[in-house]
Amino acid sequence: MGLDIRIPIGLMFAIFGLLLGLFGLGGDNSVYERSLGININLCWGVVLLIFGGVMLAFGRQGMSRMAKDQGTSGSEKRVH
Amino acid sequence: MNLTWIDWLIMLVYFVFVLGIGFALKRYTKTSTDFFLAGRSIPAWICGLAFISANLGAQEVIGMAASGAKYGIATSHFYWIGAIPAMVFVGLFMMPFYYGSRARSVPEYLRLRFDEKTRGLNAISFAIMTVFSSGISMYAMAKLIQVLHIFDAPFRMMGISEARIFDVSIIAAALIVLAYIFLGGLRSAIYNEVLQFFLIVAGFMPLVYLGLKNVGGWSGLKAALPEAYTHSWQGMGSAQTNPLGVEVFGLAMGLGFVLSFGYWCTDFLVVQRAMAAHDMTAARRTPLIAAVPKMFFPFLVILPGLIAIALTPAHMQQGGWSSYPPSVTSAQIEVGKAGRGLIPVKVDEATGGPKLDQNGKPVLDYDLAIPNMLLHYFPTGILGLGLTALLASFMSGMAGNVTAFNTVWTYDIYQSYINKNATDEHYLWMGRMATVFGIAASVAAAYVATRFNNIMDVLQLVFAFVNAPLFATFLLGMFWKRATGHGAFTGLVSGTMAAAIHHGLSLPTGAVHGIKGGWLGVVHNYPSEMAQNFWTAIWAWSVCFVVTILVSLMTRPRDDKELVGLVYSLTQKQAEHHLEWWKRPATLGIAVIVMSVLLNIVFF
Repeated sequence: MGLDIRIPIGLMFAIFGLLLGLFGLGGDNSVYERSLGININLCWGVVLLIFGGVMLAFGRQGMSRMAKDQGTSGSEKRVH
Repeated sequence: MNLTWIDWLIMLVYFVFVLGIGFALKRYTKTSTDFFLAGRSIPAWICGLAFISANLGAQEVIGMAASGAKYGIATSHFYWIGAIPAMVFVGLFMMPFYYGSRARSVPEYLRLRFDEKTRGLNAISFAIMTVFSSGISMYAMAKLIQVLHIFDAPFRMMGISEARIFDVSIIAAALIVLAYIFLGGLRSAIYNEVLQFFLIVAGFMPLVYLGLKNVGGWSGLKAALPEAYTHSWQGMGSAQTNPLGVEVFGLAMGLGFVLSFGYWCTDFLVVQRAMAAHDMTAARRTPLIAAVPKMFFPFLVILPGLIAIALTPAHMQQGGWSSYPPSVTSAQIEVGKAGRGLIPVKVDEATGGPKLDQNGKPVLDYDLAIPNMLLHYFPTGILGLGLTALLASFMSGMAGNVTAFNTVWTYDIYQSYINKNATDEHYLWMGRMATVFGIAASVAAAYVATRFNNIMDVLQLVFAFVNAPLFATFLLGMFWKRATGHGAFTGLVSGTMAAAIHHGLSLPTGAVHGIKGGWLGVVHNYPSEMAQNFWTAIWAWSVCFVVTILVSLMTRPRDDKELVGLVYSLTQKQAEHHLEWWKRPATLGIAVIVMSVLLNIVFF
């Protein structure tokens, strides 16, 4: 299939995490009045960054397995 | 709306990824099977997430929160009763025939099992329905963008009149969905649906967290709301004592059986996602995997509705109505104050003041529950993420309809009736053209919706009539080998007619004759519109079931030989000995059912 979906997902969420996290670190804190005083950008940014990283790791694993499968024509999955 | 550069940047990153996936997949889309069935090569977990994501359109996110605000946690019946059992059933019992028959679409299964006319009826009604659903999705999105003033600032900056926001939103959404489906077909739609699934979860989870924290957790929410709001089953014994206005039999039979099985087990929009799986076990696991996040969705989409209605002025010291853009008039702020919690009153377009019902009480605009929650709790930054998630849900609803439409059009209408023996390349081309046409038709449908609100209501009613009997046809087709094509066709037609007649003869209490029913004269009054809907479905299903059996018994059955792989009793069961017990679909199915029973007990 060529592209493991976890790679773009991981990449996108890692970027979201970085953007939100950095914005939360640098930005002005008065905007967090509405989020009950919690710096939600920083917190959620860190969570998304971790999620993105995990997805990327799985995706890379999946890609290398796919490459190996194509070498051996991957017949083990064909059960019907 | 206080959006800043960071919000726009997040939105932009998302659109780059959506389109990027389309471009990346273009080179894997060489045959019509690649385009319409994703080459039957997708792993189960991806199909599973796409399966629910395709259903996670605007109606789901906005509508379920609205219904949560209106009826309370009882809305979860649409998940725990109205989805989970049907999803388990389609995975365990029906997928072997859909996937095993190698049918490329649900209408095609009907042709293999019954005959050409049954397929034609289903294919044509389904194709029209998908175009209108995707049009409604588009319309709702553009309307929301307009109402919330999301794009006002950039429009002002670019010097475009704000009156054009509606048009630009529709065209932009149409072009994006068109681009990624045109390039990568179903695979691209599925990949994007998975992306959208995670995005919706990522956008709404912090919202629920902040909202719950604000009202003092689940116990605080319970204290702030009437008793019936936080119990899903209390008072279900009688239609008078629960917020839905439905009694337990109508709920279980109408929603839990007819409507839910009719949708999850026969609607090609969702079944197509499972047909794309790489093998039979994966196809059967698709709806089962989908059922797991599905059963927790009430916490993501219904809870914000409950929180929105529970908020009191004490909770709302920050943000709140002060966040109105300067263009808001004082009349509109008056309207805002008449609302409950974060739910505003509907604005009467004629007077600009609050819209009142027959008793002079203001009508609440529940559809704004989720958007207002986002605006209330999210500061710039994460607000961009939340709004992107909302846009993603609209687009996934649209894309699901478009991929289902192009497949049914190309295989079941074009290849069957117009051009039978073309090359595969031609059908691939036709699929891409059907995508363009389908999206253009949806845009047209969206504009029809702006002009004639009633036409959309009538159409949705007609679709409901057409859909209600479907599950009876599939049930008999798959599990009773004696059912014949003539039986199925007459059953479907009479079921649809039964639905229309029942609707024409009944009326919800307090409603006026016409679109709400009673147009043939009122014989019976239902306590609520929902009860009427459920009973319309029950009637349609029962009539279709009985008529199909009677006509089948009078017509000549097909040879057993021809029905192998299409009917339960004539099909060899798939061997599962090679799978560890915990990997078997049946195990997963039982686990899903147990979990959903537990959820019902917890929120009894």
